[in-house]
Amino acid sequence: MALNIKQTAVAGTMESSDVMVTVKPAAEPGLAIHIQSNVLTTFGDQIRAAVEDVFAEFGIRDAEVFLVDKGAIDCVIRARVQAAICRATGEGFNWKGEDK
Amino acid sequence: MGKIALKRTSLYASGASPVNLLQARFYNEDCLVYDLEDSVPVQEKDAARLLVYNLVKYQRPTGKYVIIRVNGIYSEYIDEDLEAAVRAKPDAIRIPKVEHAYEVQKIAKRITEIEKAAGIEEGSIELWCNIESYLGVLNAREIAESDPRVVALALGAEDFTASMKAARTKASLEIFYARNAILMACRAAGVEAIDAVFSDINDVEGLKEDVKLTRNLGFDGKTVVHPRQVDVVNAAFTPSKKEINYALRVLAAIEEGKREHKGAVTIGGDMIDKPMELRAQTTLAQARAAGINV
Repeated sequence: MALNIKQTAVAGTMESSDVMVTVKPAAEPGLAIHIQSNVLTTFGDQIRAAVEDVFAEFGIRDAEVFLVDKGAIDCVIRARVQAAICRATGEGFNWKGEDK
Repeated sequence: MGKIALKRTSLYASGASPVNLLQARFYNEDCLVYDLEDSVPVQEKDAARLLVYNLVKYQRPTGKYVIIRVNGIYSEYIDEDLEAAVRAKPDAIRIPKVEHAYEVQKIAKRITEIEKAAGIEEGSIELWCNIESYLGVLNAREIAESDPRVVALALGAEDFTASMKAARTKASLEIFYARNAILMACRAAGVEAIDAVFSDINDVEGLKEDVKLTRNLGFDGKTVVHPRQVDVVNAAFTPSKKEINYALRVLAAIEEGKREHKGAVTIGGDMIDKPMELRAQTTLAQARAAGINV
């Protein structure tokens, strides 16, 4: 069953090594990703890819995502995006999906 | 005596903070405890669970025994905590506030189910049980022997003293019985005994005194709540050169006695008996585990 972003939700903090992720219902079709980071030039593509991967795993195509990056590594970005999506969809994380 | 794994220090890192979780690996603790319980606010339980899962799965520290402390057995978070913790494949899951053997068995059964579903080797994840109440202390032996996954019991002094209506003091007489009861339960079950936190992170001399007692009583390690406590506790649990030399002399004297068919052997006039031999073997095993060449 495809998930839908029902409401705006936030996960993460503005602490060092973290990223604050805000997920909103899409204003128009597609995934719009906005990244604010001091390392955007170097790691922007990598951060974007990590976000896209997580949305693909959830099967969500339409959403608006804002990231304020404070030097988060990939797995922290993954975790924060997953948490924000769960909060925005109102659904729990599908742990069995990790067994694939 | 067989090889012993180092469990001198177990450092808690809050699952609510990436920087805390990432930095914790750079200290010298033997065991790193990724915490989902007390250090995580209620509104952040979901996010902390995902953070710890991803960090242990993708950024697991090398050379450390990795533990995830889940929320309480009767909390609303335990089912999902176990789903995440098992799939992250830590060395152990630490269960807080255990009071009965059947609680551990229930958790162990659920872990087995998740291991099967996730294709993880069954029985590969060990259990540490936190003993944090008078009932837990009274049932410590049955808890320690409740399931093959159980490898350690750890005393939680703050909750224990609260359950006893006792004051918590630096002298720690109020936990003396609990420490010994847990130690005896661990020795009977053949599992490791981990002592309680010393809460005042600014009192290094107090910590030294406390951990000296911890080691003299026979504990295998101690939980720490701040990185600055790690080296102090590690040092206390690492045998000194003098202790190692004495242990070597004891064992050499016993060997010599066997070769010469002596009924009794002595060092400096002291009769060497079986307990002394056992202590000497323990000292050398601890030294070897700490990387000392003996």
